Amino acid sequence: MLTKAVTVIALASVAGYSWSEIREITIMQGFAGVSLFSVFLLMALGLAIIFGQMKVINMAHGEFLTLGAYTTVGVGTLAERFAPGLFAWYFPVAVLAAFVVAGVVGLLVEWVIIRHLYKRPLDTLLATWGLSMIMQETFRQSFGARETSVTMPEWLMGSWQPMGGVDIPINGLFLLVVTLVMTAAVILNMHKSRMGLRVRATTMNRDMAGAVGINTRMADRMTFALGCGIAGVAGAAFTTIGSVSPSAGSLYIVDTFMVVVLGGAGSIVGTILAAFGIAQAQSILEFFLSGVLAKVFVLLAVVVFLMIRPQGLVAGKIRK
Amino acid sequence: MHPHSIVPGRLRSATVRATALAIVASCAALAADWVNPVLDKFPTAIVCTTGLRVTDTTVTVGQLHSVTGTMAISETGSVEAERLAIKQINDLGGVLGRKIEIIQEDGGSDWPTFAEKAKKLLIKDKVGTVFGCWTSASRKAVLPIFERENGMLYYPTFYEGLEASKNVIYTGQEATQQILWGLDWAHKEKGAKTFFLIGSDYIWPRTSNKIARIHIEKHLKDCKVVGEEYYPLGHTNFNSLINKVKLAKPDLIYSVVVGGSNVSWYKQLKAAGITGPALEAKKQMLLTISTTEDEIRGIGGENVEGFYACMKYFQSLPNENNKKFVEAFKEMYKDKYGDKPVIGDVTQAAYLGPWLWKKAVEKGGSFDIDKIAAASPGIEFAEAPEGYVKIHANHHLWSKARIGKMRADGQFDILAESELIEPNPFPEGYK
Repeated sequence: MLTKAVTVIALASVAGYSWSEIREITIMQGFAGVSLFSVFLLMALGLAIIFGQMKVINMAHGEFLTLGAYTTVGVGTLAERFAPGLFAWYFPVAVLAAFVVAGVVGLLVEWVIIRHLYKRPLDTLLATWGLSMIMQETFRQSFGARETSVTMPEWLMGSWQPMGGVDIPINGLFLLVVTLVMTAAVILNMHKSRMGLRVRATTMNRDMAGAVGINTRMADRMTFALGCGIAGVAGAAFTTIGSVSPSAGSLYIVDTFMVVVLGGAGSIVGTILAAFGIAQAQSILEFFLSGVLAKVFVLLAVVVFLMIRPQGLVAGKIRK
Repeated sequence: MHPHSIVPGRLRSATVRATALAIVASCAALAADWVNPVLDKFPTAIVCTTGLRVTDTTVTVGQLHSVTGTMAISETGSVEAERLAIKQINDLGGVLGRKIEIIQEDGGSDWPTFAEKAKKLLIKDKVGTVFGCWTSASRKAVLPIFERENGMLYYPTFYEGLEASKNVIYTGQEATQQILWGLDWAHKEKGAKTFFLIGSDYIWPRTSNKIARIHIEKHLKDCKVVGEEYYPLGHTNFNSLINKVKLAKPDLIYSVVVGGSNVSWYKQLKAAGITGPALEAKKQMLLTISTTEDEIRGIGGENVEGFYACMKYFQSLPNENNKKFVEAFKEMYKDKYGDKPVIGDVTQAAYLGPWLWKKAVEKGGSFDIDKIAAASPGIEFAEAPEGYVKIHANHHLWSKARIGKMRADGQFDILAESELIEPNPFPEGYK
């Protein structure tokens, strides 16, 4: 961030802007990077858990995101119609509902499809790809092909102005808070709770964990449900920055996989680092180059990095 | 049964049945001719000599739009308007006495799919004409097929021009009709001198901005372009771009963002404090040529209040034709939209397609594509919801341009209207 600040200042002063303007833009651009980071992290967290702990490649992850988003739209519409006085508070309820709905559907999916395919990672890829198409079409049939949008409550609209000329979008802040809370919750869960202990044991040595009495099946099921629930929360949060359509999930899935693979399978810390790196790089490059070029360079950088270090940023447990 | 009759009972009842049948059959034949005297004047063998799907009572047309994908938000309106026009035409007796039937295909917001479905409609289904496409990319994908198979496409979207195929009738504006007049208005009425051009990354926004840039730099006095940026279709993160726009402080933000991205773009603009009233206070404005009532429905009117758009049609146009059109649209789709239907510029242009086709067929007396192409120039349609239009020899329409200001309820206040502008898809000095 420091180098970025320096470069911005250097270039901007050449272009003849005042010192306060440069400062404002740097703060706003810094926040744009942080905002993108929270988007990537929220999306990737669920996938990292599933991929890392269970080596299941969930191509339908984007659709759980969309499911969370549609749940939010549903809760919002219900609130508008039946409890207009409470409309301002529907959003936290919607986020919770999104977590529950996506988690429950994830549970069902795991029970019906995934549990038969644990030893076959390529088949889970195919099966979840098919699942993603089924879910997309179900959304299309139930909600229509057009994009819908949720009316945001008043307190989420507009921007916060800590100083004159600096506009920090409030929904960006909200997204950041949600991401930090979710990440903290996940890390706490993994390392401080009984369930996290069981999951970690299953990942390290499945047979031994089973031998000491841990129900590995239940551990996997809960992990998958948790991952999908997080995707649902991400979807709920994204209704504030974009629209909801049946194919909205496919817009995010590529970036999500990129973050997870770069971070190193199975490592939450790696995911955080990767999300931060990619988000900042993309944000800075978008500012100095054009939108399309920025994406190209970021992707190239990721490819080169993975060629040099295929296990990603933080090497988790690699099953040989 | 009489045991003494000369003709046995069985034979007699059979004769009765046969006679009754013969009488009914001849009555039916007479009735058919009586109900459809058009067939005498326009027999199928004469009106259709190229093997199109035309029978004595029906003619089949194709619809090729995106019902799914990122463009569905924009193209669904076109599908609905075309179907309304076709229903109205059928209620009036059809075209040359034949009722119109529709084969609809989904382009899926994917240009190769458009090409594939176009081939199917023209080669396999042999439809009489196709109403379809929205983005220039989809039109470019299907154009070679229409020219090779000699089909006719009625294309409803405002686009960049630089094209005039004999196999397409362009019912939307081309660039000079939409871009130049709008920029002139902004410069004259609002004093805009610096422009920031933004668009989605494909042919229409890039060509439109190229034309806009040439106009700004060469034809408007003391004006310049301070930024030009493109983002992929479907992109949802505009924060960096918004920061750049703030830094550049243009008098006019020229937005050519297309489709679903509009929702993210305007929501993030609002979140960053760039709203219509905020811009107005700083003597700035945002002018778009790619956001209609259809997109605003998905964005939310409160996010775009106070921005400007330059189109040839707005749902709030106060003329009689438009009032009837909006009523008819509301009536046909009241199950889907309640009493709040939304009709954008392209939706109206799509509505013109079937009517212009009917007039061309009737003027030329034939469904053959060559005869339609020959009959089209000069056809006038005074009942168009946008007012009077006429087909030019270059297959575009004479039409007016208007400036609208977005309201919180998703409709526009109409601020200015031009004269009828002659379409000029190959303007000198803009290439």
